[in-house]
Amino acid sequence: MIQVRNLKKTFGPKVAVSGISFEVKKGEVLGFLGPNGAGKSTTMRMVTGFIPPTDGEAIIGGFNIVENPIEAKRLMGYLPENAPSYADMTVLGFLNFAAELRGLSGAAQKSAVGRAVEMCFLENVLHQSVETLSKGYRHRTCFAQSIIHDPEVLILDEPTDGLDPNQKHEVRTLIRKMGETKAIIFSTHILEEVEAVCSRAIIIDRGTIVANGTPAELKCRSVSAGAISLRIASGNAREIASKLDGISSVDRTTIVSESPVAIRVFPRKNVSNNDFARALSEAAFKEQWPLLELHTEEGRLDEVFRNITLPDTKASNK
Amino acid sequence: MKSIITIAKRELTGYFASPVAFVFIVIFLILSGFFSFMVGGFFERGQASLESFFAWHPWLYLFLVPAVGMRMWSEERRLGTIELLLTMPVTPWQAIVGKFIASWAVVALALVLTFPMWITVNYLGNPDNGVILAGYVGSFLMGGAYLSITAMTSAMTRNQVVAFIVSVVLSLFLILAGYPPVTNMLVSWAKPWIVEAIASFSVMTHFEGLQKGVLDSRDILYFLSVIGFSLFSTSVIVRTHRAG
Repeated sequence: MIQVRNLKKTFGPKVAVSGISFEVKKGEVLGFLGPNGAGKSTTMRMVTGFIPPTDGEAIIGGFNIVENPIEAKRLMGYLPENAPSYADMTVLGFLNFAAELRGLSGAAQKSAVGRAVEMCFLENVLHQSVETLSKGYRHRTCFAQSIIHDPEVLILDEPTDGLDPNQKHEVRTLIRKMGETKAIIFSTHILEEVEAVCSRAIIIDRGTIVANGTPAELKCRSVSAGAISLRIASGNAREIASKLDGISSVDRTTIVSESPVAIRVFPRKNVSNNDFARALSEAAFKEQWPLLELHTEEGRLDEVFRNITLPDTKASNK
Repeated sequence: MKSIITIAKRELTGYFASPVAFVFIVIFLILSGFFSFMVGGFFERGQASLESFFAWHPWLYLFLVPAVGMRMWSEERRLGTIELLLTMPVTPWQAIVGKFIASWAVVALALVLTFPMWITVNYLGNPDNGVILAGYVGSFLMGGAYLSITAMTSAMTRNQVVAFIVSVVLSLFLILAGYPPVTNMLVSWAKPWIVEAIASFSVMTHFEGLQKGVLDSRDILYFLSVIGFSLFSTSVIVRTHRAG
Protein backbone atom coordinates (compact mmCIF):
# COMPACT_ATOMS: atom_id res chain seq x y z
CA MET A 1 0.00 0.00 0.00
CA ILE A 2 2.79 2.40 0.88
CA GLN A 3 6.00 2.39 -1.08
CA VAL A 4 8.69 4.87 -0.24
CA ARG A 5 11.75 5.00 -2.43
CA ASN A 6 14.86 6.91 -1.62
CA LEU A 7 13.01 9.83 -0.05
CA LYS A 8 15.19 12.87 0.62
CA LYS A 9 14.55 16.25 2.14
CA THR A 10 16.94 19.11 2.64
CA PHE A 11 16.14 22.45 4.22
CA GLY A 12 18.82 24.72 2.81
CA PRO A 13 22.13 23.17 3.83
CA LYS A 14 20.50 21.00 6.50
CA VAL A 15 19.72 17.44 5.48
CA ALA A 16 16.61 16.31 7.33
CA VAL A 17 16.04 13.01 5.58
CA SER A 18 18.69 11.42 3.38
CA GLY A 19 17.37 8.62 1.25
CA ILE A 20 14.80 6.55 3.11
CA SER A 21 13.13 3.55 1.47
CA PHE A 22 10.60 1.17 2.93
CA GLU A 23 7.33 -0.52 2.17
CA VAL A 24 4.20 -1.16 4.19
CA LYS A 25 1.67 -3.77 3.11
CA LYS A 26 -1.95 -4.11 4.02
CA GLY A 27 -2.29 -5.65 7.48
CA GLU A 28 1.04 -4.28 8.65
CA VAL A 29 1.69 -1.80 11.41
CA LEU A 30 5.03 -0.12 10.97
CA GLY A 31 6.55 1.61 13.98
CA PHE A 32 8.80 4.58 13.39
CA LEU A 33 11.39 5.01 16.10
CA GLY A 34 14.13 7.50 16.49
CA PRO A 35 15.49 10.25 18.70
CA ASN A 36 14.03 13.74 18.45
CA GLY A 37 14.97 15.45 15.22
CA ALA A 38 15.85 12.18 13.49
CA GLY A 39 13.53 12.93 10.57
CA LYS A 40 10.45 10.95 11.55
CA SER A 41 7.97 13.78 11.19
CA THR A 42 9.61 15.09 8.03
CA THR A 43 9.32 11.66 6.44
CA MET A 44 5.67 11.42 7.41
CA ARG A 45 4.99 14.89 6.08
CA MET A 46 6.48 13.92 2.75
CA VAL A 47 4.50 10.68 2.59
CA THR A 48 1.26 12.54 3.33
CA GLY A 49 2.02 15.18 0.73
CA PHE A 50 2.29 18.10 3.12
CA ILE A 51 5.81 18.96 2.04
CA PRO A 52 7.29 17.99 -1.31
CA PRO A 53 10.37 15.74 -1.19
CA THR A 54 13.66 17.07 -2.49
CA ASP A 55 14.20 13.73 -4.19
CA GLY A 56 12.69 10.26 -4.31
CA GLU A 57 9.05 9.29 -4.32
CA ALA A 58 6.22 8.02 -2.15
CA ILE A 59 3.49 5.91 -3.68
CA ILE A 60 0.21 5.35 -1.87
CA GLY A 61 -1.99 2.59 -3.26
CA GLY A 62 -0.48 3.07 -6.68
CA PHE A 63 -0.72 6.87 -6.71
CA ASN A 64 2.38 9.01 -6.56
CA ILE A 65 1.86 11.63 -3.86
CA VAL A 66 3.49 14.35 -5.97
CA GLU A 67 1.91 13.54 -9.32
CA ASN A 68 -1.57 12.45 -8.18
CA PRO A 69 -1.89 14.11 -4.79
CA ILE A 70 -5.70 14.14 -4.61
CA GLU A 71 -6.11 10.43 -5.37
CA ALA A 72 -3.30 9.49 -2.99
CA LYS A 73 -4.62 11.71 -0.19
CA ARG A 74 -8.07 10.21 -0.56
CA LEU A 75 -6.71 6.83 0.52
CA MET A 76 -4.96 8.23 3.52
CA GLY A 77 -5.82 9.33 7.03
CA TYR A 78 -3.28 11.49 8.83
CA LEU A 79 -2.80 12.48 12.43
CA PRO A 80 -0.16 15.21 12.44
CA GLU A 81 2.21 15.73 15.35
CA ASN A 82 0.57 17.61 18.25
CA ALA A 83 -2.86 16.75 16.84
CA PRO A 84 -3.93 20.17 15.54
CA SER A 85 -7.61 21.03 15.22
CA TYR A 86 -9.67 24.18 14.75
CA ALA A 87 -10.00 25.59 18.24
CA ASP A 88 -13.20 27.51 17.55
CA MET A 89 -15.20 24.52 16.29
CA THR A 90 -17.20 21.98 18.24
CA VAL A 91 -16.04 18.38 18.08
CA LEU A 92 -19.05 17.46 16.00
CA GLY A 93 -18.58 20.44 13.68
CA PHE A 94 -14.94 19.57 13.20
CA LEU A 95 -15.66 15.93 12.39
CA ASN A 96 -18.43 16.91 9.98
CA PHE A 97 -16.05 19.31 8.28
CA ALA A 98 -13.45 16.55 7.88
CA ALA A 99 -16.09 14.12 6.61
CA GLU A 100 -17.34 16.63 4.04
CA LEU A 101 -13.84 17.31 2.77
CA ARG A 102 -13.46 13.56 2.43
CA GLY A 103 -16.42 13.63 0.09
CA LEU A 104 -18.96 12.10 2.47
CA SER A 105 -22.49 13.47 2.67
CA GLY A 106 -25.95 12.67 3.97
CA ALA A 107 -26.47 9.34 5.71
CA ALA A 108 -22.94 8.11 4.88
CA GLN A 109 -21.47 11.17 6.57
CA LYS A 110 -23.65 10.73 9.61
CA SER A 111 -22.74 7.09 10.09
CA ALA A 112 -19.03 7.79 9.46
CA VAL A 113 -18.99 10.52 12.10
CA GLY A 114 -20.93 8.30 14.50
CA ARG A 115 -18.48 5.44 14.02
CA ALA A 116 -15.42 7.65 14.53
CA VAL A 117 -16.99 9.18 17.64
CA GLU A 118 -17.66 5.76 19.06
CA MET A 119 -14.19 4.42 18.29
CA CYS A 120 -12.50 7.41 19.90
CA PHE A 121 -14.86 7.71 22.89
CA LEU A 122 -15.96 11.26 22.14
CA GLU A 123 -19.68 10.98 22.91
CA ASN A 124 -19.46 13.16 26.02
CA VAL A 125 -17.83 16.15 24.36
CA LEU A 126 -19.57 16.25 20.97
CA HIS A 127 -21.00 19.73 21.42
CA GLN A 128 -18.07 21.24 23.26
CA SER A 129 -15.73 23.52 21.39
CA VAL A 130 -12.29 22.05 20.84
CA GLU A 131 -10.44 24.77 22.77
CA THR A 132 -12.27 23.88 25.99
CA LEU A 133 -11.18 20.24 25.81
CA SER A 134 -8.36 18.56 27.70
CA LYS A 135 -5.33 17.49 25.75
CA GLY A 136 -6.41 13.85 25.66
CA TYR A 137 -9.78 14.69 24.16
CA ARG A 138 -8.25 17.09 21.66
CA HIS A 139 -5.86 14.38 20.63
CA ARG A 140 -8.63 11.88 20.16
CA THR A 141 -10.69 14.41 18.21
CA CYS A 142 -7.88 14.76 15.72
CA PHE A 143 -7.43 11.01 15.69
CA ALA A 144 -11.15 10.58 14.93
CA GLN A 145 -10.69 12.94 12.00
CA SER A 146 -7.99 10.70 10.55
CA ILE A 147 -10.13 7.56 10.57
CA ILE A 148 -13.42 9.17 9.59
CA HIS A 149 -13.38 7.89 6.01
CA ASP A 150 -12.13 4.44 7.04
CA PRO A 151 -8.92 4.90 5.06
CA GLU A 152 -6.79 2.06 3.77
CA VAL A 153 -3.64 3.87 4.83
CA LEU A 154 -3.20 5.50 8.19
CA ILE A 155 -0.29 7.71 9.14
CA LEU A 156 -0.06 8.65 12.79
CA ASP A 157 2.59 10.98 14.15
CA GLU A 158 2.93 10.21 17.87
CA PRO A 159 -0.66 9.10 18.36
CA THR A 160 -0.28 8.43 22.09
CA ASP A 161 1.64 11.57 22.98
CA GLY A 162 0.06 13.35 25.94
CA LEU A 163 -2.48 10.68 26.75
CA ASP A 164 -2.90 9.11 30.17
CA PRO A 165 -2.07 5.39 30.57
CA ASN A 166 -5.67 4.25 30.07
CA GLN A 167 -6.09 6.33 26.94
CA LYS A 168 -2.74 5.11 25.67
CA HIS A 169 -3.95 1.58 26.11
CA GLU A 170 -7.19 2.33 24.26
CA VAL A 171 -5.42 3.96 21.36
CA ARG A 172 -2.95 1.08 21.09
CA THR A 173 -5.76 -1.44 21.06
CA LEU A 174 -7.44 0.61 18.36
CA ILE A 175 -4.32 0.78 16.23
CA ARG A 176 -3.70 -2.95 16.58
CA LYS A 177 -7.27 -3.72 15.62
CA MET A 178 -7.20 -1.42 12.61
CA GLY A 179 -3.80 -2.74 11.63
CA GLU A 180 -5.39 -6.05 10.66
CA THR A 181 -7.04 -4.50 7.63
CA LYS A 182 -5.04 -1.35 6.93
CA ALA A 183 -1.51 -0.26 6.27
CA ILE A 184 -0.42 1.85 9.24
CA ILE A 185 2.68 3.87 9.96
CA PHE A 186 3.06 5.40 13.37
CA SER A 187 5.88 7.13 15.13
CA THR A 188 6.57 7.01 18.82
CA HIS A 189 9.19 7.50 21.49
CA ILE A 190 7.72 4.79 23.64
CA LEU A 191 9.47 1.51 23.03
CA GLU A 192 6.99 -0.72 24.81
CA GLU A 193 4.42 0.62 22.38
CA VAL A 194 6.37 -0.78 19.48
CA GLU A 195 6.38 -4.21 21.07
CA ALA A 196 2.70 -3.98 21.86
CA VAL A 197 1.44 -2.77 18.52
CA CYS A 198 3.87 -3.06 15.61
CA SER A 199 4.37 -5.91 13.25
CA ARG A 200 7.56 -4.21 12.09
CA ALA A 201 9.73 -1.37 13.32
CA ILE A 202 12.16 1.00 11.69
CA ILE A 203 14.70 2.99 13.65
CA ILE A 204 15.66 6.27 12.04
CA ASP A 205 18.64 8.29 13.08
CA ARG A 206 19.85 11.49 11.49
CA GLY A 207 17.78 11.01 8.40
CA THR A 208 18.64 7.40 7.60
CA ILE A 209 17.22 4.02 8.51
CA VAL A 210 19.59 2.31 10.93
CA ALA A 211 17.48 -0.74 11.73
CA ASN A 212 14.49 -2.43 10.15
CA GLY A 213 12.80 -5.58 11.36
CA THR A 214 10.13 -7.13 13.57
CA PRO A 215 10.31 -6.11 17.22
CA ALA A 216 11.61 -9.60 18.04
CA GLU A 217 14.37 -9.36 15.43
CA LEU A 218 15.40 -5.98 16.72
CA LYS A 219 15.51 -7.25 20.26
CA CYS A 220 17.90 -10.00 19.16
CA ARG A 221 20.39 -7.29 18.33
CA SER A 222 20.49 -6.40 21.97
CA VAL A 223 23.67 -7.32 23.87
CA SER A 224 21.75 -9.23 26.50
CA ALA A 225 19.71 -11.23 23.99
CA GLY A 226 20.31 -14.97 24.48
CA ALA A 227 21.98 -14.58 27.86
CA ILE A 228 20.59 -16.59 30.74
CA SER A 229 19.89 -15.08 34.13
CA LEU A 230 20.21 -17.23 37.22
CA ARG A 231 18.83 -16.47 40.63
CA ILE A 232 20.19 -18.56 43.47
CA ALA A 233 18.94 -18.48 47.07
CA SER A 234 22.28 -18.56 48.82
CA GLY A 235 25.99 -18.99 48.23
CA ASN A 236 29.01 -16.95 47.26
CA ALA A 237 28.36 -15.11 44.02
CA ARG A 238 32.03 -14.97 42.98
CA GLU A 239 32.58 -18.67 43.58
CA ILE A 240 29.48 -19.57 41.61
CA ALA A 241 30.47 -17.24 38.82
CA SER A 242 33.94 -18.72 38.51
CA LYS A 243 32.48 -22.23 38.42
CA LEU A 244 30.09 -21.13 35.67
CA ASP A 245 32.99 -19.64 33.75
CA GLY A 246 34.51 -23.09 33.71
CA ILE A 247 31.65 -24.52 31.64
CA SER A 248 32.71 -24.92 28.01
CA SER A 249 29.68 -23.19 26.45
CA VAL A 250 29.95 -20.11 28.70
CA ASP A 251 31.58 -17.05 27.19
CA ARG A 252 31.50 -14.78 30.24
CA THR A 253 29.44 -14.01 33.34
CA THR A 254 28.39 -10.83 35.05
CA ILE A 255 27.25 -10.64 38.64
CA VAL A 256 24.07 -8.62 38.82
CA SER A 257 23.77 -8.80 42.59
CA GLU A 258 25.68 -10.58 45.39
CA SER A 259 22.83 -11.41 47.71
CA PRO A 260 20.53 -12.80 46.75
CA VAL A 261 22.83 -14.13 44.07
CA ALA A 262 21.87 -13.06 40.59
CA ILE A 263 24.21 -13.82 37.71
CA ARG A 264 23.87 -13.25 34.01
CA VAL A 265 25.67 -15.80 31.85
CA PHE A 266 26.48 -15.14 28.20
CA PRO A 267 26.84 -18.05 25.78
CA ARG A 268 29.67 -18.58 23.32
CA LYS A 269 28.83 -18.10 19.70
CA ASN A 270 27.03 -20.96 17.90
CA VAL A 271 25.72 -22.45 21.14
CA SER A 272 22.01 -23.16 20.84
CA ASN A 273 19.81 -21.76 23.55
CA ASN A 274 18.55 -25.19 24.59
CA ASP A 275 22.04 -26.68 24.96
CA PHE A 276 23.16 -23.64 26.89
CA ALA A 277 20.23 -23.77 29.32
CA ARG A 278 20.74 -27.49 29.80
CA ALA A 279 24.43 -27.05 30.55
CA LEU A 280 23.66 -24.44 33.18
CA SER A 281 20.90 -26.41 34.86
CA GLU A 282 23.07 -29.52 34.97
CA ALA A 283 25.85 -27.50 36.61
CA ALA A 284 23.41 -26.14 39.17
CA PHE A 285 22.18 -29.65 39.93
CA LYS A 286 25.71 -31.04 40.26
CA GLU A 287 26.88 -28.26 42.54
CA GLN A 288 23.57 -28.35 44.45
CA TRP A 289 23.00 -24.61 44.20
CA PRO A 290 19.56 -23.70 45.53
CA LEU A 291 18.35 -22.47 42.14
CA LEU A 292 15.30 -20.15 42.24
CA GLU A 293 15.07 -19.05 38.68
CA LEU A 294 16.69 -19.62 35.30
CA HIS A 295 15.46 -17.66 32.31
CA THR A 296 16.63 -16.62 28.88
CA GLU A 297 16.83 -12.88 28.18
CA GLU A 298 14.89 -11.84 25.08
CA GLY A 299 16.89 -8.72 24.73
CA ARG A 300 15.56 -5.27 25.28
CA LEU A 301 14.43 -2.80 22.69
CA ASP A 302 15.61 0.24 24.63
CA GLU A 303 19.07 -1.29 24.78
CA VAL A 304 19.07 -1.76 21.01
CA PHE A 305 17.72 1.72 20.52
CA ARG A 306 20.43 3.24 22.70
CA ASN A 307 23.20 1.21 21.12
CA ILE A 308 22.17 2.19 17.64
CA THR A 309 21.41 5.84 18.12
CA LEU A 310 23.48 7.00 21.07
CA PRO A 311 26.99 7.05 19.56
CA ASP A 312 25.63 9.08 16.70
CA THR A 313 23.88 11.64 18.84
CA LYS A 314 27.03 12.06 20.89
CA ALA A 315 29.06 12.56 17.76
CA SER A 316 26.68 15.13 16.37
CA ASN A 317 26.69 17.09 19.61
CA LYS A 318 30.43 17.63 19.44
CA MET B 1 -16.37 23.14 -6.07
CA LYS B 2 -17.89 21.23 -3.17
CA SER B 3 -14.61 21.40 -1.27
CA ILE B 4 -14.49 25.16 -1.79
CA ILE B 5 -17.96 25.52 -0.30
CA THR B 6 -17.09 23.23 2.63
CA ILE B 7 -13.99 25.26 3.39
CA ALA B 8 -15.83 28.57 2.97
CA LYS B 9 -18.55 27.36 5.32
CA ARG B 10 -16.01 26.41 7.95
CA GLU B 11 -14.27 29.74 7.67
CA LEU B 12 -17.55 31.59 8.06
CA THR B 13 -18.44 29.65 11.20
CA GLY B 14 -14.93 30.48 12.41
CA TYR B 15 -15.56 34.18 11.83
CA PHE B 16 -18.80 34.14 13.74
CA ALA B 17 -17.62 31.81 16.51
CA SER B 18 -14.94 34.33 17.36
CA PRO B 19 -15.82 38.01 17.74
CA VAL B 20 -13.85 38.97 14.59
CA ALA B 21 -16.84 39.28 12.27
CA PHE B 22 -19.03 41.08 14.81
CA VAL B 23 -16.32 43.53 15.77
CA PHE B 24 -15.56 44.25 12.14
CA ILE B 25 -19.18 44.77 11.18
CA VAL B 26 -20.08 46.91 14.18
CA ILE B 27 -17.00 49.09 13.92
CA PHE B 28 -17.41 49.44 10.18
CA LEU B 29 -21.03 50.54 10.62
CA ILE B 30 -20.23 53.00 13.40
CA LEU B 31 -17.25 54.52 11.63
CA SER B 32 -18.86 54.72 8.22
CA GLY B 33 -21.85 56.47 9.82
CA PHE B 34 -19.63 58.77 11.82
CA PHE B 35 -17.48 59.78 8.88
CA SER B 36 -20.30 60.34 6.42
CA PHE B 37 -22.47 62.33 8.81
CA MET B 38 -20.01 64.17 11.03
CA VAL B 39 -16.89 64.55 8.92
CA GLY B 40 -18.16 64.09 5.39
CA GLY B 41 -21.02 66.57 5.83
CA PHE B 42 -23.82 64.33 4.62
CA PHE B 43 -26.54 66.87 5.45
CA GLU B 44 -24.58 70.03 4.67
CA ARG B 45 -24.10 68.94 1.06
CA GLY B 46 -27.80 69.16 0.47
CA GLN B 47 -27.51 66.39 -2.13
CA ALA B 48 -29.37 63.13 -2.26
CA SER B 49 -26.27 60.99 -2.77
CA LEU B 50 -24.05 58.64 -0.83
CA GLU B 51 -20.85 60.30 -2.01
CA SER B 52 -19.84 61.32 1.49
CA PHE B 53 -20.45 57.73 2.57
CA PHE B 54 -18.41 55.95 -0.11
CA ALA B 55 -15.56 58.48 -0.08
CA TRP B 56 -14.40 57.12 3.26
CA HIS B 57 -14.41 53.48 2.30
CA PRO B 58 -10.82 53.28 0.98
CA TRP B 59 -9.60 54.61 4.32
CA LEU B 60 -11.91 52.55 6.51
CA TYR B 61 -11.00 49.40 4.64
CA LEU B 62 -7.34 50.21 5.01
CA PHE B 63 -7.46 49.17 8.68
CA LEU B 64 -10.58 47.08 8.94
CA VAL B 65 -10.13 44.67 6.04
CA PRO B 66 -6.63 43.51 7.03
CA ALA B 67 -8.06 42.92 10.50
CA VAL B 68 -10.61 40.56 8.99
CA GLY B 69 -8.19 38.77 6.71
CA MET B 70 -5.06 38.54 8.85
CA ARG B 71 -6.07 35.26 10.46
CA MET B 72 -6.84 33.58 7.14
CA TRP B 73 -3.57 31.65 6.83
CA SER B 74 -1.46 32.75 9.78
CA GLU B 75 -3.92 31.16 12.19
CA GLU B 76 -3.71 27.90 10.26
CA ARG B 77 0.03 28.05 10.56
CA ARG B 78 -0.01 28.89 14.24
CA LEU B 79 -2.42 26.10 15.14
CA GLY B 80 -0.78 23.65 12.76
CA THR B 81 -4.12 22.98 11.08
CA ILE B 82 -2.57 23.92 7.75
CA GLU B 83 -1.00 20.45 7.88
CA LEU B 84 -4.44 18.94 8.31
CA LEU B 85 -6.04 21.04 5.61
CA LEU B 86 -3.38 20.46 2.98
CA THR B 87 -3.24 16.70 3.54
CA MET B 88 -6.98 16.45 2.91
CA PRO B 89 -7.91 15.64 -0.68
CA VAL B 90 -8.18 19.30 -1.65
CA THR B 91 -5.88 21.40 -3.79
CA PRO B 92 -4.22 24.46 -2.22
CA TRP B 93 -6.14 26.51 -4.76
CA GLN B 94 -9.50 25.26 -3.46
CA ALA B 95 -8.47 26.11 0.08
CA ILE B 96 -7.31 29.58 -0.93
CA VAL B 97 -10.48 30.38 -2.84
CA GLY B 98 -12.74 28.95 -0.14
CA LYS B 99 -11.10 31.02 2.56
CA PHE B 100 -11.12 34.12 0.43
CA ILE B 101 -14.80 33.80 -0.42
CA ALA B 102 -15.70 33.42 3.25
CA SER B 103 -13.91 36.56 4.34
CA TRP B 104 -15.25 38.45 1.34
CA ALA B 105 -18.72 37.42 2.44
CA VAL B 106 -18.09 39.05 5.82
CA VAL B 107 -17.19 42.29 4.04
CA ALA B 108 -20.28 41.92 1.86
CA LEU B 109 -22.46 41.43 4.92
CA ALA B 110 -21.07 44.60 6.48
CA LEU B 111 -21.87 46.49 3.27
CA VAL B 112 -25.39 45.08 3.13
CA LEU B 113 -25.97 46.19 6.70
CA THR B 114 -25.35 49.81 5.70
CA PHE B 115 -28.79 49.72 4.02
CA PRO B 116 -30.19 52.33 6.47
CA MET B 117 -27.96 54.86 4.67
CA TRP B 118 -29.65 53.97 1.44
CA ILE B 119 -33.08 54.20 3.02
CA THR B 120 -32.18 57.58 4.51
CA VAL B 121 -31.17 59.18 1.21
CA ASN B 122 -34.21 57.73 -0.50
CA TYR B 123 -36.42 59.09 2.25
CA LEU B 124 -34.84 62.53 2.16
CA GLY B 125 -34.64 62.97 -1.59
CA ASN B 126 -34.51 61.27 -4.95
CA PRO B 127 -31.01 59.91 -5.38
CA ASP B 128 -29.81 58.13 -8.50
CA ASN B 129 -30.02 54.55 -7.26
CA GLY B 130 -27.90 53.34 -10.18
CA VAL B 131 -25.02 55.46 -8.94
CA ILE B 132 -25.48 54.09 -5.44
CA LEU B 133 -25.46 50.53 -6.75
CA ALA B 134 -22.27 51.21 -8.68
CA GLY B 135 -20.78 52.63 -5.49
CA TYR B 136 -21.65 49.46 -3.62
CA VAL B 137 -20.19 47.30 -6.38
CA GLY B 138 -17.02 49.39 -6.32
CA SER B 139 -16.77 49.22 -2.56
CA PHE B 140 -17.28 45.46 -2.59
CA LEU B 141 -14.59 44.99 -5.23
CA MET B 142 -12.20 47.26 -3.38
CA GLY B 143 -12.78 45.29 -0.19
CA GLY B 144 -11.98 42.13 -2.14
CA ALA B 145 -8.77 43.64 -3.45
CA TYR B 146 -7.58 44.60 0.05
CA LEU B 147 -8.63 41.20 1.32
CA SER B 148 -6.67 39.34 -1.34
CA ILE B 149 -3.58 41.32 -0.38
CA THR B 150 -4.15 40.39 3.24
CA ALA B 151 -4.54 36.74 2.23
CA MET B 152 -1.13 36.94 0.62
CA THR B 153 0.59 38.55 3.61
CA SER B 154 -1.11 36.21 6.03
CA ALA B 155 0.19 33.22 4.10
CA MET B 156 3.73 34.47 4.68
CA THR B 157 3.74 34.41 8.47
CA ARG B 158 2.30 32.66 11.48
CA ASN B 159 2.05 36.00 13.24
CA GLN B 160 -1.22 37.81 12.69
CA VAL B 161 0.20 41.19 13.72
CA VAL B 162 2.90 40.99 11.08
CA ALA B 163 0.31 39.99 8.49
CA PHE B 164 -1.85 42.94 9.52
CA ILE B 165 0.92 45.54 9.37
CA VAL B 166 2.35 44.37 6.06
CA SER B 167 -1.03 44.33 4.39
CA VAL B 168 -1.89 47.80 5.75
CA VAL B 169 1.35 49.11 4.27
CA LEU B 170 0.71 47.45 0.89
CA SER B 171 -2.86 48.70 0.81
CA LEU B 172 -1.75 52.16 1.84
CA PHE B 173 0.58 52.19 -1.14
CA LEU B 174 -2.35 51.28 -3.39
CA ILE B 175 -4.31 54.21 -1.96
CA LEU B 176 -1.53 56.80 -1.96
CA ALA B 177 -0.44 56.09 -5.53
CA GLY B 178 -3.61 57.79 -6.69
CA TYR B 179 -4.39 60.07 -3.75
CA PRO B 180 -4.59 63.66 -5.07
CA PRO B 181 -2.18 65.24 -2.52
CA VAL B 182 0.43 62.65 -3.46
CA THR B 183 -0.13 62.79 -7.21
CA ASN B 184 -0.02 66.60 -7.08
CA MET B 185 3.36 66.37 -5.41
CA LEU B 186 4.61 63.88 -7.99
CA VAL B 187 3.52 66.08 -10.88
CA SER B 188 6.03 68.75 -9.87
CA TRP B 189 9.03 66.55 -10.68
CA ALA B 190 7.89 63.60 -12.78
CA LYS B 191 6.54 63.48 -16.30
CA PRO B 192 2.73 63.38 -16.47
CA TRP B 193 2.62 59.93 -18.06
CA ILE B 194 4.69 58.51 -15.22
CA VAL B 195 2.33 60.03 -12.67
CA GLU B 196 -0.61 58.65 -14.57
CA ALA B 197 0.94 55.21 -14.80
CA ILE B 198 1.56 55.17 -11.06
CA ALA B 199 -1.93 56.47 -10.35
CA SER B 200 -3.44 53.76 -12.50
CA PHE B 201 -2.16 51.24 -9.95
CA SER B 202 -4.18 52.93 -7.26
CA VAL B 203 -7.51 51.79 -5.90
CA MET B 204 -8.47 55.47 -5.57
CA THR B 205 -8.37 56.09 -9.30
CA HIS B 206 -10.54 53.07 -10.02
CA PHE B 207 -12.88 53.44 -7.11
CA GLU B 208 -13.62 57.05 -8.00
CA GLY B 209 -15.15 56.14 -11.33
CA LEU B 210 -17.38 53.47 -9.81
CA GLN B 211 -18.36 55.80 -7.00
CA LYS B 212 -19.57 58.34 -9.57
CA GLY B 213 -21.77 55.68 -11.12
CA VAL B 214 -19.60 54.74 -14.08
CA LEU B 215 -19.39 50.96 -14.31
CA ASP B 216 -16.25 50.99 -16.45
CA SER B 217 -15.05 47.52 -17.36
CA ARG B 218 -11.44 48.69 -16.92
CA ASP B 219 -12.07 49.59 -13.30
CA ILE B 220 -13.77 46.30 -12.62
CA LEU B 221 -10.97 44.49 -14.42
CA TYR B 222 -8.44 46.35 -12.29
CA PHE B 223 -9.95 45.10 -9.04
CA LEU B 224 -10.40 41.59 -10.36
CA SER B 225 -6.80 41.47 -11.53
CA VAL B 226 -5.52 42.68 -8.14
CA ILE B 227 -7.53 39.87 -6.56
CA GLY B 228 -6.33 37.34 -9.13
CA PHE B 229 -2.70 38.33 -8.80
CA SER B 230 -2.73 38.35 -4.99
CA LEU B 231 -4.45 35.00 -4.75
CA PHE B 232 -2.02 33.54 -7.24
CA SER B 233 0.87 34.82 -5.12
CA THR B 234 -0.86 33.32 -2.10
CA SER B 235 -0.92 29.93 -3.77
CA VAL B 236 2.78 30.19 -4.62
CA ILE B 237 3.57 31.10 -1.01
CA VAL B 238 1.39 28.35 0.42
CA ARG B 239 2.96 25.76 -1.89
CA THR B 240 6.57 26.67 -1.29
CA HIS B 241 6.41 27.57 2.38
CA ARG B 242 4.19 24.99 3.98
CA ALA B 243 5.96 23.94 7.09
CA GLY B 244 7.05 26.45 9.71
